Amino acid sequence: MSRKSKRNPSDLTRPAAAPVAPPQAAPGAGPKNRRNLFIAAAVALLSIFVAAAFYYRGEQARSAQLATAKNLPALASEQSPSFGPASAKVHLVEFFDPACETCAAFFPHVKKLMAAHPDRIRLSLRHVPFHPGSEVAVRALEASRQQGKYQQVLEALYASQGSWVIQHQVQADRVWAVLGGLGLDLDKLRADMNAPEVGQRLTRDMQDARLLGVTKTPEFFANGRPMPSFGLEQLQTLVGEELRRAYP
Amino acid sequence: MNRPEAALDTAWTLVFGCWLIASAATLGALFFSEIMQLPPCVLCWYQRIFMFPLVLLLPVGLFPFDARVVRYALPLTAVGWLVALFQVLLVAGLIPQDLRPCTQGVPCSEVQIQWLGFIDIPMLSFVAFSIMNTLLLAAYFRSRP
Repeated sequence: MSRKSKRNPSDLTRPAAAPVAPPQAAPGAGPKNRRNLFIAAAVALLSIFVAAAFYYRGEQARSAQLATAKNLPALASEQSPSFGPASAKVHLVEFFDPACETCAAFFPHVKKLMAAHPDRIRLSLRHVPFHPGSEVAVRALEASRQQGKYQQVLEALYASQGSWVIQHQVQADRVWAVLGGLGLDLDKLRADMNAPEVGQRLTRDMQDARLLGVTKTPEFFANGRPMPSFGLEQLQTLVGEELRRAYP
Repeated sequence: MNRPEAALDTAWTLVFGCWLIASAATLGALFFSEIMQLPPCVLCWYQRIFMFPLVLLLPVGLFPFDARVVRYALPLTAVGWLVALFQVLLVAGLIPQDLRPCTQGVPCSEVQIQWLGFIDIPMLSFVAFSIMNTLLLAAYFRSRP
């Protein structure tokens, strides 16, 4: 019943423990030791969590800075479809999959960003068909450039995405149904889709994506700088910052 | 008199171990979603429902030790284990794709994190629930009069 230790205010609860497990049962395993063990474990776990969080955040910031310089060669994408003038000082590169819902959701906002700053933003599009079966759609997109209908095909694919992506699987025949209604020369398209340079561009896009650590779509780089974390607002902030830097 | 005391001590240690795993798993899950900002999928949320309460429930049975806490905790770990098993089978492709739920924004074709080529988040959850079930069952048989 001594109260020599102030650090154990729950001494009061100790008598309740007595009927179940008397404290003198085994030396070293008394309630007080157990309580200290429990508190030590809880503090240790929480400390690890906080330390890991700080470490992770720091690493993120550092790798983003390093990445910017390292990214530039892999982002130089002369052969990719591109919008906006070559003289624009903000180069936005988007890695996307036409079958990706989030990419479709971002698309109008990217267009709005471009429209708000004409002549200042150049957008390059890189294809990364992460969804199963999506390579057909990407090849069709690449081939449609031969007929000058890239943007039309992209917008049609996005607009009808629900009809040809079923449970995250691309249905090739339904892609063709969408392509059929766009006034394309389908025989030419089919031939162009299997052209070796289309395959090479696809390989190049996937290689650069791996190099840049792009595992999710859409991923954006503005003048080589990735978004600090994923989100529409983050993209708008990133582009805004680069615009301010390029056009003070 | 000495034998049941020792058995209760062991049971306490087992339940305490179970709490350690539940807490580590809870903090780990929070790290993935809040710090690394990986969006949790539906199945992850179900596993969280059965994992998170244990962090608070088990200590209530530890101080003072009440062996019956095992009876209250086991239903949670058992159902959580089943959900984790389901997801592991989904990821392994042993359950058809079209049953797989998926959060918008997470491409379903990929596992978000993979260490050493085979350890992914559903696997970690499954291992955690398996160990917790084992510990709680051991505690249950230890503390039985």
